[in-house]
Amino acid sequence: MYRYDHYDQAIVDARVDEFRDQTARRLAGQMTEDQFKPLRLKNGLYLQLHAYMLRIAIPYGTLNSRQLRMLGHIARTYDRGYGHFTTRQNIQYHWIKLQDAPDILAELATVEMHAIQTSGESIRNISADQYAGAAADEICDPRPWAELIRQATTFHPEFSYLPRKFKIALIASPTDRAALRWHDLALRIVRNEAGEEGFEVFAGGGMGRTPFIAYPIRAFCPADQIFSYIQAVLRVWNSHARRDNIHKQRMKILVHDLGHEEFTRQVEEAFAHILTLGTDFPRAEYERIAAYFAPPPFETGLPDEIDRADPDFALWVDRQTAPHKAPGYAIVNISLKRVGGIGGDITAEQMEAVADLAERYSFDDIRVTHGQNLVLPHVRKQDLYAVWQALDAAGLADVNLDLVTDIIACPGLDYCSLANARSIPIAQKIAQRFADIDRQLELGELKIKISGCINACGHHHAGHIGILGVDRKGTENYQLLLGGSGAEDTSLGKITGPGFDEDGIVDAVEKTTDVYLRERQDGERFLDTYRRIGVEPFKEAIYG
Amino acid sequence: MKILTGNDLATGDVIWWTGSGWSRHVEESADVGEKGDEIAQTEAAARRVNGPYIIDASRDEAGIRPAHIKDRIRALGPTVRLDLSLKPADPTVGTWVI
Ligand code: SF4
Repeated sequence: MYRYDHYDQAIVDARVDEFRDQTARRLAGQMTEDQFKPLRLKNGLYLQLHAYMLRIAIPYGTLNSRQLRMLGHIARTYDRGYGHFTTRQNIQYHWIKLQDAPDILAELATVEMHAIQTSGESIRNISADQYAGAAADEICDPRPWAELIRQATTFHPEFSYLPRKFKIALIASPTDRAALRWHDLALRIVRNEAGEEGFEVFAGGGMGRTPFIAYPIRAFCPADQIFSYIQAVLRVWNSHARRDNIHKQRMKILVHDLGHEEFTRQVEEAFAHILTLGTDFPRAEYERIAAYFAPPPFETGLPDEIDRADPDFALWVDRQTAPHKAPGYAIVNISLKRVGGIGGDITAEQMEAVADLAERYSFDDIRVTHGQNLVLPHVRKQDLYAVWQALDAAGLADVNLDLVTDIIACPGLDYCSLANARSIPIAQKIAQRFADIDRQLELGELKIKISGCINACGHHHAGHIGILGVDRKGTENYQLLLGGSGAEDTSLGKITGPGFDEDGIVDAVEKTTDVYLRERQDGERFLDTYRRIGVEPFKEAIYG
Repeated sequence: MKILTGNDLATGDVIWWTGSGWSRHVEESADVGEKGDEIAQTEAAARRVNGPYIIDASRDEAGIRPAHIKDRIRALGPTVRLDLSLKPADPTVGTWVI
């Protein structure tokens, strides 16, 4: 993985010193909250329901064991023994004291981490395929490009005061594991007919109050021109965005208002100009960065067979592992979705257990997924049993990847000051209702996503079943959406009708699955059946 | 009744105006009547509170109950981690929020 050079470290250390000074001045009364708030937000520090919340960047979801141990140390020393992985592959802590924040950032800097651009009107953490560098179906490892784009856009003066936040995702596989087209800017590495690598570009996606799926704006941008193209997209948005209206500032609104053809035309015009300025990444710089992401020294001649004598282990292997590009290796998905637990939460001890496993069995590599789980990307198949046993001992061997209990839920009203309703208790009740593993397997792939308000951090628009918490005259109410997807078959979920109370929404989800089981044809997932038969049979069952 | 709440500047703890200072316990809140804005301004300027705001609440046999669920969750802690709440030993405390 990428390692900081002298410049990176100097920048991050200087930022810690600066924030330490700003915090001291705030605590000494030399700054008002209005003056301080934008400064703390630039360092990922929010004020939430119970305390300050610190969001720490995990670039493209990649961690090493030293970093994960540090996250465990922070959980134990400065928080309440746990952290929460987010749908942007970051981690956040919900019980932070302002007085401790500079020390936390200083500790993070020692392991090449920070909280810069995890908030505010900036280019946020670039998300990527959690299987990068391991997936059997990828064209190349997309992370060198993600790192180059991260470096080039961090503290870039033109992008430091954007109209609103800006989210980029990058993948290099036909399978979309990163909710690609739900981003402001979505990049997929492809090969053209000549076999050259380049980028397919989509723009104007996003969830929130006004959801849009990103439009394809370029089928192929040569790799050595991609930064010019990104600058062109940002420049067009930056020039025209509605800075007067917070609901219209995101790029998706501009793309929609201009029309994607006109938006694309303007981007192409800006691109032609920017190309002449010579600001793209030199090949040598790409190669320098790519060297950090060189494949680990995979062993050859390893057996592909797995001893499946233990049925619990076999079940876990079938659900939680994925094909690896290197023979004899597998990708391991670690569920953070225990029934009765809180999705995405992980204790300090569990972080340390995963760090130990990564060091011993996965070339010191850990990934965070936008689905709020973890991945050990490079595990020898012959080590899977030992890994499974160690995960089991740490309470991390649950089997539910992409099943009905693998629910994405935002922190909601239990933690978030913007929330209208709680998300986590709904996820827990649904998980409890469907806890039986045979029932889960019978239902197959079924992605439920829950947000506690219209900001959609829980991706409810992209859930096969989405749930949105709203405030109805001071009480929590939940709307049901069906038919969304965050995968390569991206689609926007539709609201079925009037909302429900806490128990009602769980019943509605169950009735929805009953319709699926009744109507499905051979091989159909929930989403396939929904798309074939439409919403009416579901509405009839739910409201009829 | 009207009560005044905010967060402790340094720790971020949820705090409630008692009439003479700040407490972490909502049941110690004082009715600020029409004086809320004035107290909020003085206390924020003195850095004894961050982001103070006035809310509606009622007094019943269980104590003082903020009108909105958000402030009841603030007063207690996350309903999904009652072990981290202000009343971890009370198994029924979650029902107070809802
Ligand atoms: S969706 Fe709303 S409630 Fe959930 S974390 Fe985002 S802002 Fe908070």
